[in-house]
Amino acid sequence: MSELRLLDGILIAALGWLLIGAVGVVFPRRFTLISKILFPLGAAIGIVVALLALSAMMAAPETRQLPLGLPDLPFHLRVDALSAFFLFLLGATSAGISIYAAGYMRRSEGAQLGLQCLLYHAFLASMAFVMLADDGYAFMVAWETMALTSFFLVTAEHRHEEIRRAGYLYLLIAHVGAVGILLSFGVMAGSAGDYTFDAMRAFSRTGIWPTIAFLLALFGFGAKAGALPMHVWLPEAHPAAPSPVSAMMSGVMLKTAIYGLLRVSFDLLNAQLWWWGVLLLVIGLATALFGVIYAAIQTDMKRLLAYSSIENIGLILVGFGLTLVFKSFRLPALSALALTATLYHCLNHAFFKSLLFLSTGSVLHATGERNLGKLGGLIHAMPWVAWLALVGVLASAGLPPLNGFVSEWLLLQSFLFTSGLPHGYLNMLLPVVAAAIALIAALAGFAMVKFFGVIFLGQPREEKLGQAHDAGRLERIGLLWLASGCFLLGLVPHMIIALLDPVAQLLVGGGLGEVTPHGWWLLAPIHPDRASYSAAVFFGSLACFIPLVYWLVHRFLHGRFTRVPPWDCGFPLQTPRMQDTAEGFGQPIRRIFTSFLRRTREHPSPFDTAPRYRSIVEDPIWYAVYLPVARLVERATRLIAFLQQGRIAIYLMYSFVTLLVLLVLTRG
Amino acid sequence: MTLAYLTSSAFASQLINLCAAILLLLGFAMLAQRRVLSLINLFMMQGLVLCTSTLIVAITTHQPHLYWSAGLTFLLKVLALPYILHRLIRRLSVKWDIETLLNIPTTMLIGIFLVIIAFNVAQPISLLSGTITRATIGIALACVLLSFLMMITRSKAVPQVIAFLAMENALFFAATSATYGMPMVVELGIALDVLVGMVILAVFFFQIREQFDSLDIRHMEKVHEE
Repeated sequence: MSELRLLDGILIAALGWLLIGAVGVVFPRRFTLISKILFPLGAAIGIVVALLALSAMMAAPETRQLPLGLPDLPFHLRVDALSAFFLFLLGATSAGISIYAAGYMRRSEGAQLGLQCLLYHAFLASMAFVMLADDGYAFMVAWETMALTSFFLVTAEHRHEEIRRAGYLYLLIAHVGAVGILLSFGVMAGSAGDYTFDAMRAFSRTGIWPTIAFLLALFGFGAKAGALPMHVWLPEAHPAAPSPVSAMMSGVMLKTAIYGLLRVSFDLLNAQLWWWGVLLLVIGLATALFGVIYAAIQTDMKRLLAYSSIENIGLILVGFGLTLVFKSFRLPALSALALTATLYHCLNHAFFKSLLFLSTGSVLHATGERNLGKLGGLIHAMPWVAWLALVGVLASAGLPPLNGFVSEWLLLQSFLFTSGLPHGYLNMLLPVVAAAIALIAALAGFAMVKFFGVIFLGQPREEKLGQAHDAGRLERIGLLWLASGCFLLGLVPHMIIALLDPVAQLLVGGGLGEVTPHGWWLLAPIHPDRASYSAAVFFGSLACFIPLVYWLVHRFLHGRFTRVPPWDCGFPLQTPRMQDTAEGFGQPIRRIFTSFLRRTREHPSPFDTAPRYRSIVEDPIWYAVYLPVARLVERATRLIAFLQQGRIAIYLMYSFVTLLVLLVLTRG
Repeated sequence: MTLAYLTSSAFASQLINLCAAILLLLGFAMLAQRRVLSLINLFMMQGLVLCTSTLIVAITTHQPHLYWSAGLTFLLKVLALPYILHRLIRRLSVKWDIETLLNIPTTMLIGIFLVIIAFNVAQPISLLSGTITRATIGIALACVLLSFLMMITRSKAVPQVIAFLAMENALFFAATSATYGMPMVVELGIALDVLVGMVILAVFFFQIREQFDSLDIRHMEKVHEE
């Protein structure tokens, strides 16, 4: 037999990431070494991980014990179809992000670079270990490493007050969530004290304990994924972090939470009660709706993308919930469909969201601006970034033939079968969810049009934008890698669905089977009579018509008109500041959904000679949930502070009395 | 008295009981002692008794590691720590009488009460233990509690530290009597901890005196959070 198994290969690759980080921190000032060798090497390792994971998806599960950790508590590792899928996502996405990061670095960052290199690669390795872990202990160690490294990456520019604040908020919520996960593992391990996932699978399946374990896991992983109401860290941390890091966090790290929740609810708890799924559906729907509305009204490009990530996580959770509902009613084919849509969307989101975050990074480097109100017209100065971002925007808006369309289409398809559920209320209510998803998809399109239109189209709103430079060579490679991923995932859906089949077999005990009954070009997940989609035909016709129209316009229209100043509505002067702004573009949405928002506005008086208009939209959940909780905690600590008298004799007395009481109690 | 009786375990357990009784007596003496200098001497005697009892257990049970721990006890608790403490009080010139938070008779009464509790609590444990020294677990526990009480009732920093060290002595005695001592690694670790703790506390003494011109820890009440 071949001695080197796939699991070992992935393990070595992850250790390779750690090694790269170590080399980086040993030579912190060698700019060329770090940016031209170490980061591209990390990208190569990413590709290796992706390939190994791809073959691991088809292979039987492998396990291994590592002689690390505490005495008598070794790390257990395991790779099966589910973890292999997420490892593939990690490897494929990180390859693009790493190569981009190689070009993104600036020599001026100095000795920071080595540390960044270490943190970034440790972050990658810890995510790989999260997927590989096969016991609660190894999982938590990897999970916490991931949280800590990403915290330090977010606070890379810790000299800014608001970045420190964002980092703190992120760390706080990450740790509150980690406590939830830890408790969930504790419940599942029971009193036996065996924290391997194998022991948890054998966990008693009766009573209220599985529900408690599920709810704790939902709380913990939801905090990491950014589900409502634990989402507040996302729009703070993503703009604060350097762009490759935000891409990594949004594209991959949020998916580790989805992975964890899938692992717990399907593999460890075996998806028992239908209302778990309904709960997830409701949370996911609320998250998606909230995210997309706030994305539509943002004026900071990275915050917009952060809210869009919240929306996509919401969609993923909706698909997840639907899978749980189908699974608990023992409908394996339908739950396989919903699961496929969910996982497909995870993969798609990883690609297009990291592509978009990276393109904001290029814009930020070229202009130094994050505020949409000061950008515009960048397609002339940065054509590479603009066109590649357009791919991400179209994918994110869910337009065919790109990847975002396929997964959203599959998700909607799976909703069309909810009428077969043996439960009256669900039959009636789930179609409403499908309608809400359609609304969300439309609003996501709106937000994406705003993102692209305000940044890249129109006239530059500031003088300096004319001097913006395009992305460098390495940055372009990274963007191209991700953009071609978006194309590829959209063009060969049948291959991706076939790839997801082992995961579905593992988790829900059924697959989609043959999805292309009439040849590879026609995708029909259920039956060709019900619905089918052909990405190739769509792409082919687009590829024919766009050049045709371009040629027609060029041939018959160009050269026949002259540019003159337009009718200027009585204004003698037209400046780029008169263009539709981000605020203006989002205004209709703000009006329609005004009851969801918390707004403060300042209107200038008509006689003000230097008028200023301000409109601040804040998160109502911050006021409704977080501040009361904070006040409660503060009041509780004030009560406890009564114990702290400042006298050593009294402190000693506390422990003395406790000791005596315990001794007497154990005696009795 | 024959030689056979002198090396028998019955005689050894009598000797150990004697040691335990002396330890308890010393515990009460420390509780009642007002002068720092005598307190240090009492502490040194406690260490000596501890060393003797460990040695007796070692001879009767032929446990090689107990010789080591007896030697360690002698070096650390009879020689090193009293020396450090003597130097310390000379440098800090704190030979004064100690004010206690509670008066001495009340403290002694509470001490007697604690001994009763300790014996009561230790009863089931000594039934479980199979060592020749099991009868002394109650006394060891009583010594721990008495030292704790001393730590609470003293208001000066140096006596508190002595009380802390005495508590460690009692714990060590409890370990020897219940299970023939802890594993060597643990014992070494604790010995090192005590030494390091002593050094750190010495540094603190100087800091406290710098800050408040006194070693009275009641001054520390001012620094608590409002």
